Order: sequence, then structure tokens, then C-alpha cells
Amino acid sequence: MVFMAGLDYFVCGSGHWPDVYDNNNNHNLLVCEAKTERSWLCFLVPGVRGGILSILEISNLSLSFGGVKALQDVSFRVPENTITTVIGPNGAGKTSLFNCISGFYKPQQGTIRYQGEVLAGVKPPARAAMGLARTFQNIALFRGMTVLDNIKLGAHVHMKSGLLSSLAYFGAARREEMAVRREVERHIIDFLEIDHIRRQPVASLSYGLQKRVELARALAMRPKVLMLDEPVAGMNREEKEDMARFILDIREEWDVTVLMVEHDMGMVMDISDHIAVLNFGQVITEGLPADVQNNPEVIKAYLGNSDMDSLRKKLNPQREVA
Amino acid sequence: MRIGDAKQTYEADEAIWTSPTQKFWFALFLLALLVFPLMANAYLLYLGCLVGIAVISTTGLNILTGFTGLISLGQAGFMGVGGYTVAWFSLNTGLPFPVTLLLAGLLAAAVGILVGLPSLRVKGLYLAIATLAASVFLHFIFAEWESVTGGMGGLSLEPAHLFGVTFQSDFRMYFIIVPLAVLMVFAARNVFRTRIGRAFIAIRDRDISAEILGIDLLRYKLMSFALSSFYAGVAGGLFAYFYRVVTPESFPLSMSIFYLAAVIVGGMGNLLGGILGAAFMTLIPEILKLLTAALTPFYPNAPVFMSPMLEIIFGALIVGFLIFEPHGLAEIWHRIRRFFSLWPFRN
Amino acid sequence: MDWLFFGEISLAGLAMGGLYALIALGFVIIYKATRVINFAIGEIMMFAAYLFLAFAGGLEMSPWVALPLAVLGGSILGGVIEKVMIRPMLGESPISVVMVTIGVASILVGLVELIWGADPQLLPRFLPREPVFIGEMYLAPKIAYGFLIGAALLILYLLYFRFSRGGVALRATASDQAAAYSMGINVRRVFNLAWVFGSLAASLAGVLVAATGGLSPQFGAIGLSVLVVVIVGGLDSILGALIAGVFIGWLETVAGAYLGGEYRMPATFAVLAVILVIRPYGLFGTHEIERV
Ligand SMILES: Nc1ncnc2c1ncn2[C@@H]1O[C@H](COP(=O)(O)OP(=O)(O)OP(=O)(O)O)[C@@H](O)[C@H]1O
Ligand SMILES: [Mg+2]
Repeated sequence: MVFMAGLDYFVCGSGHWPDVYDNNNNHNLLVCEAKTERSWLCFLVPGVRGGILSILEISNLSLSFGGVKALQDVSFRVPENTITTVIGPNGAGKTSLFNCISGFYKPQQGTIRYQGEVLAGVKPPARAAMGLARTFQNIALFRGMTVLDNIKLGAHVHMKSGLLSSLAYFGAARREEMAVRREVERHIIDFLEIDHIRRQPVASLSYGLQKRVELARALAMRPKVLMLDEPVAGMNREEKEDMARFILDIREEWDVTVLMVEHDMGMVMDISDHIAVLNFGQVITEGLPADVQNNPEVIKAYLGNSDMDSLRKKLNPQREVA
Repeated sequence: MRIGDAKQTYEADEAIWTSPTQKFWFALFLLALLVFPLMANAYLLYLGCLVGIAVISTTGLNILTGFTGLISLGQAGFMGVGGYTVAWFSLNTGLPFPVTLLLAGLLAAAVGILVGLPSLRVKGLYLAIATLAASVFLHFIFAEWESVTGGMGGLSLEPAHLFGVTFQSDFRMYFIIVPLAVLMVFAARNVFRTRIGRAFIAIRDRDISAEILGIDLLRYKLMSFALSSFYAGVAGGLFAYFYRVVTPESFPLSMSIFYLAAVIVGGMGNLLGGILGAAFMTLIPEILKLLTAALTPFYPNAPVFMSPMLEIIFGALIVGFLIFEPHGLAEIWHRIRRFFSLWPFRN
Repeated sequence: MDWLFFGEISLAGLAMGGLYALIALGFVIIYKATRVINFAIGEIMMFAAYLFLAFAGGLEMSPWVALPLAVLGGSILGGVIEKVMIRPMLGESPISVVMVTIGVASILVGLVELIWGADPQLLPRFLPREPVFIGEMYLAPKIAYGFLIGAALLILYLLYFRFSRGGVALRATASDQAAAYSMGINVRRVFNLAWVFGSLAASLAGVLVAATGGLSPQFGAIGLSVLVVVIVGGLDSILGALIAGVFIGWLETVAGAYLGGEYRMPATFAVLAVILVIRPYGLFGTHEIERV
């Protein structure tokens, strides 16, 4: 075990020793007190990808709607530059968690730290400007705009032109629009292979393409953390593979941390570096895909108590293929 | 880059007119607007001015209701603010018309922001009702603040003037109104080429998602209110110069509904639609008047039916377009264009 | 301060408020069941009142025959409006649907003026004329009896919604459309029923209000007062409609008597503005949950 992030060692952002899942005790065995708030350290685990910092740290988050407890005392960490996935059965609170991070829901308890800064009281648009970008479970494209305009809208927070220069569309406003257009064309539209649809109204697109445009819009927000709520739901296999590839590429090339909610276990196990499992609003475990896959509690949460085998199959799709 | 109509630059691709044909037709249209007053008789000139004013106001309301999705029943009130501002300043200061019109727009915009403030907490129809409340208060102020507004009698004003030229005739007013209308429609078009216009549409389509994607809802809703009521204020100011009298009854609630109808009939969220709707709705009463005049020799009672018929036609147009042609005249226009661009090969 | 005068004014205002409550109830029924804000409610009232005028005045029927006929006519009108103009708008944005009701209002105003002319008219008298005293306070008989009839219908209504099959279907649809549908309730019929019943309340109130204050094609402007009532009370709250109806009726009358007629609207709209700022969904309305 080492205390410095070496080339071959990656840090696991979790406060748990991956082998010793213990929900009642936080074995913070080797946590160093760091000088800045931002750089708390956790122990290093060989083979787990991720920077030394958690870009997002959720502690003791609770959220309820009347009697419904959507989130209860949820804590977990998203290590920088990983693909971290939140899984859990329907209604577990995954989307609610995203909404808390986005600032749309206000949790009754707990804190969310982003790059060391507590987000409480920060309005959603400001969070977007800080680099928290996302897509939505039920596609939330703006139907009155073309694909291109939808994507350009993502760049909104990084633009400055005011009303007067917009009315004149002259000078700064025009240059800024052109710069955004160039950026969007070169880095996003080409990358996601959506050149052919840029002029189309979004309503005319297939479901898979709409999801891709949503991703494009989130990328235009220049994210540091890219939150994807079920990015491959409802897609066919080919589309799923494309999307998985895009997500991996984004993590590599854009220097982005991906936080994802997804039900497709094949994809989750394939591309995630780190997984947190939610059930009835509580984190029941987190860790490496391989560990989560075989955790009996996870299996129970997904399957109820019955039909362990098919559940195991669902969680371990590779084996099925083999 | 695409092949075919590929543009060499993004600049060219984002231009308003993307083909020479479009530029040609637009130049022709401007020329027609210029030649029109030289050929038109007094009545047609009068209509031209009315349409111009209506185009400005409808474009303003379209920005708010059609593009931002905030329904407003206060348009007449905002126009009233503009009208009274022009009247007061021209009576009390003798400022030239560009200044008074600017002040009219700015004051109306300020009132618009005030009226939009409840959008911090309420939306949709509740907001519409807030704008209704605003129009009730404004009407009350117009009628009761006698020292400034002249009470029920209203204010009469001198013709617009600039550099010693006075604009007392419809012919001269035409050259203020129509260029201003063209300018303001273009300015609106520009807004929708930038992030601000996109923010408006995003708020209309999905406000919550828009907020999460970084759009400050209150800020942009208020901006839309301000912009829209600025247009209304200028239109109201022109109205004052055109009729040279403003009274509380110049800006009744039915006028707000008239402009909403113009936006709907033209096509919500479509600037061309706003223009078509404004022209169409302004001309309908006139056509009806002509019809009535033609019928009077045979049915002496015809004039009595004119005003109720107008109400019925307005109502039926609103209902009919909403049910059968929700995208309004703009959609019909596009269909016609498509027909002719393919003609005679397909229909 | 002249307390007797204040008392008499207040009493008249409260009685007027009772009628507002009845209209507001009609409005709320339509809103609860169909989520349509009906800007034409004032015009439906007006139409029924003109029908009464035609039956009792023109055709010289007994007012007690003309009244139910007029109310029936107004209810049918409501049902027809729903069927012909509101139903095609199912699923459209609320703004569009509201605009349809505004269009309907405009059509009705035109129709009424076309048929009955633009001049103000008086309804034939049909309410008892002996002055009514409550303690020392005098109350105009038209207002007093109008209030009594209105209140009677209001109570019948509430009983109906509580206990009848139609009432239960209505309430079920209001609270969860999809669930009501899956339980075998004919949601379309319920929508139509809501418009019929809503218009029924409005029609009766229309005749009663017109009997006290006269009738003209501008009569529908009373819809604005009703709008204030339902916003203050909460669009989907029957209790809110009743309480706010009485309160707004009182406030309007008192403001009119003490400050002058031109203050009636600003006074009630000031209350509306305050409510919108401090309690946007009305005193008793429910705040709708928003999801991404
Ligand atoms: N705005 C809200 N009001 C009331 N309850 C809500 C709200 N949002 C979420 N909930 C409830 O909170 C719980 C968690 O919902 P959430 O949408 O977060 O689940 P999820 O894990 O995303 O499920 P799925 O996999 O189906 O998307 C559910 O019981 C849901 O009904
Ligand atoms: Mg979800």
C-alpha cells in the first residue's frame, strides 16, 4: 500500500476498504488529514482507476417528499476522472440524487461537496456554470429548437453577450456566437457523429439520436462532472455500444468525471470504475464492479429474495455470454 | 461541410438570408414598402400606419407569449404606458419624437419588469392573471391620476417633430412607423440568433430543465417581459402620435386580447407569423366596415350588426386557428411557398 | 363612523359574495375536473340571463318557469362548448385552452349583442318586494332573495358532490384522472358533466345578479371578479371558492360604497396581487408538484 498516487496505483474514492463491506462502520483506515478542504485523501487501492481527489462528495443526504423517503442518509464519493455509476431498483432514489446535485431538489439534511465546496444554497444555474452538466431520464430537449440550437444552448453559461448587443447582433455578440458554433461543430457534432441532423428539429429524431443530442448539449456545457441519467435506456444494442464508446472517450479525452445512473447491467459492469448501489433511498454498498456484482445484499435488493440465479445472471451478463 | 448548398463559413451559414433569391425578394419587399405611400390614397396610408403599429406590438407580445411561453393579458396596459409617456413628454418638454419614443419604451419596460416579478413564484396561468391585475391597475392610474394623465378626458398632443420637421400627416407618420417596424422586427430576429433567444425558447419548452442547464429563469423571464413591453411601449407611443390623443379607453382590455389573437392567428413563436397576424387582424375590421358600407343601401340596419359581428369573427378566428391550424398563418404561408417552389412538378 | 350604514353595506356585500361563491363553485368544478380555466364563465352567465329575459320578457312566461329554462339553456351551452371547442384541445398547452375560452367569450358577447342589442336592459321582476330587515339593517329584497336562492342551490350542489354517483365520479376524476379512467369511469363524460354543472351554477347566479343590477353585453365582465375569487381561494378548492367569494363580494361592495365605483376593481385586484405574492396557489389551493 502506498500513500502517494503512483503511476500504477489508483485511488478508490470510497471510504470503505473494498474487501470489507461494512455498512455500519466506516473504516477510514488510512485517511490523511489534508490542509485544504478540497484535498482530503483516502487510501489507495491497486487497480482502481481514479485521481486522488473526490470531485463530488455526498454526505448524509436525506430527502423526503411528505412521507416518501427518497433518500436516507446517503453518503458516497465520486473519484475524479472515473466513471462512477449509481445503480438500484426503480424508485430507489437515483434520479432524486441527481436532482439534489443539480440543485433542483433541496435535501432536508446532509451536504454535497463539489471540488471541496459545499453546494448548499448554490442555485442550479450557478451549479451548471461550475461544471455540473447533465442529461435527463425523460429526454428533455427543447422541441421548438433545431439540434444545433439545442446544443448551443448548453454553452449558455459560458457566454456573455447581453440584450443590447444581441438585438444588434453586432460585434461581441456575433463573434461569441460564431466561436460557440465553431466549438460545437468541431468538438461535439463531429465527435458524436451527428453532422447529418444538425438542422433538424429535435422532435423529428429517433429516440436514440435524441439521447445523443442530449449528450451533445451536456458536453457543450463544458462539464467537469457529467451526470447521465440512464443514457442507454430504450436503445437498441448498436446504439448502446455507440453510447458506451462515447462515454469512455469522453472520460479519456475531455478530462471529465462521469456520474451515471443506468439499469443496463452489461454496460454498467463494462465501463464503470466505481459503483454505488441505492435501495429504498439508502446506499447499500459501493465499490468495484466485480465486488458489487457478487454482493449478496445487492442481489437481494434487485431480486427480492427469489430467483437468485436469474438475478445473478442479470448482474453478471458477461458470464451469460461465455 | 455539407455538399450542395454548403456554406463556406459558419458566418454565412448563420445569416438571416441564406440565398440570393431570399435577398432579392426581401429587397423587393422593402422597395414596395417605400413606394406604397407614394401610390396609396389616404385610407390605405392610414391602414399602413395601423398595421405598422400592430406589427411592433404583436412582435413584442410574440417574444413574451410565443417564444418565452408567458401569456400576458397586459399588452394594452404596456402600450398605454408608452402612449401616456409620449403624450406627457411632448406636452411638457417638447422633446423630439426619437427621445420620447425611447422613453416610452423604457418606461413600459420598467413597468413590464415590475409586472413580471411575480414570475419568481408563479407561472403559467397564474402569471397571466398577474398581468391581468396589472392592466386593471394601469387602467385605474390612467383614469384617476388626473394631474398627469388628464383623467377620463385624456391628453391631446402635438404632432411628432424632429429638427423642425413636424409629422402631422399620415403620410409623414408612415415614414416613422414603417421603418421602425422593420427595424424592430429585425432586432427581434437577431435576439433569436443568440443565447438570449435560445434561453427564451428553452424556458417556454421546459423551464425546469432549462434552469438545470444554466438558465437563470427569473432573469430571463424578466428580460422577456422588459423586451416585450419595450416593444409595446414604442407601439403605444406611435399610437399616441398617430391619433394625437390618448384616453384610458384607448387601451382597453379587449386590446390585449386583440394582440393575443394576432399572435395566435399569425403563429405563436414565429416572427413572420406575428407580422401576418398583425396585418390580418388589423385588416379584418376594415374589411367588415367595407362590407357593411356596401350592404347599408339594402339593409339600413347593417351598421348595427357591425360591432357584434366583429366580436364573433375575432372569437371564431381565435378558436378556429387554435383547433385547426395551431401554427397559424405562418404555417399556411410556408405551405403556399412549398407548393410554389415545387410547382409544377408536385403539388 | 356610521355603523348602521357600514352594516347595511356589508350585508349587501356579503349577499353579493354569496352569489360570487356560487359562480366560483361552478368555475372550480370545471377546473378541478378538466384543468381548464374558463374565461368565458361571465359570458355563460350573461347568456343565461338573456335567455331569462327572452322567456320571461319576450315570451311572457312566468318567471318561475323562465328561470329553470334559462338555467337549463345555460347548462346546455356549457356542455356544447365543452364538446365542440374544448374537447379538440385535449392535451394542448393550458395557454391554448385558455385562449379558446377567451375566444368563446368573444363569440358569446357578439351573439348576445346581435340578438338582443347593445342597450342595457332590466329583467322582469320576479323576487318578492317587501323590504328585508335584519335587526335594524335594511337589505334590498332583490339581493336578499337572490342570496337565498343562490345559497339553496349551493347547498344542493355540495350534497350532490358528496353523495351522488356523478359527484363521486367527478371527485375521482379530479383527484387522479388516470386512476379514474382505469376504474372504468368515463372520463370524457365526466368532463362534459363538469362543464354542464359548472355552467348550471353560473347560469343561476347570472340570472340572480342580472335581476339586481340589470343586463348588457358588458355583463360578462363580472367574470373578472370571479377570477379574482378563484385565484384568492385557490383554483382547485371548493372551500376556497366559498370563503373567497363571500370576502371578495363584501370587499368590492364596501370599496365601491366608501371610495367610489372606480375603486371596486383595483381593491379586489390588490388583494389578488398580494395573494399571488405571498400565497401563489391561493388560500386553499394545492401546490402542484413539478418533476424533471
Ligand atoms: N417530486 C417528487 N414528489 C414526490 N415524490 C417524488 C418526487 N420525486 C421523486 N419522488 C419519489 O421518490 C422516490 C425515488 O424516485 P426517483 O425518481 O429518484 O427513483 P429512481 O431511482 O430514479 O427510479 P427509476 O429507476 O424508476 O428512474 C420514488 O418513490 C418517487 O415516487
Ligand atoms: Mg430515475
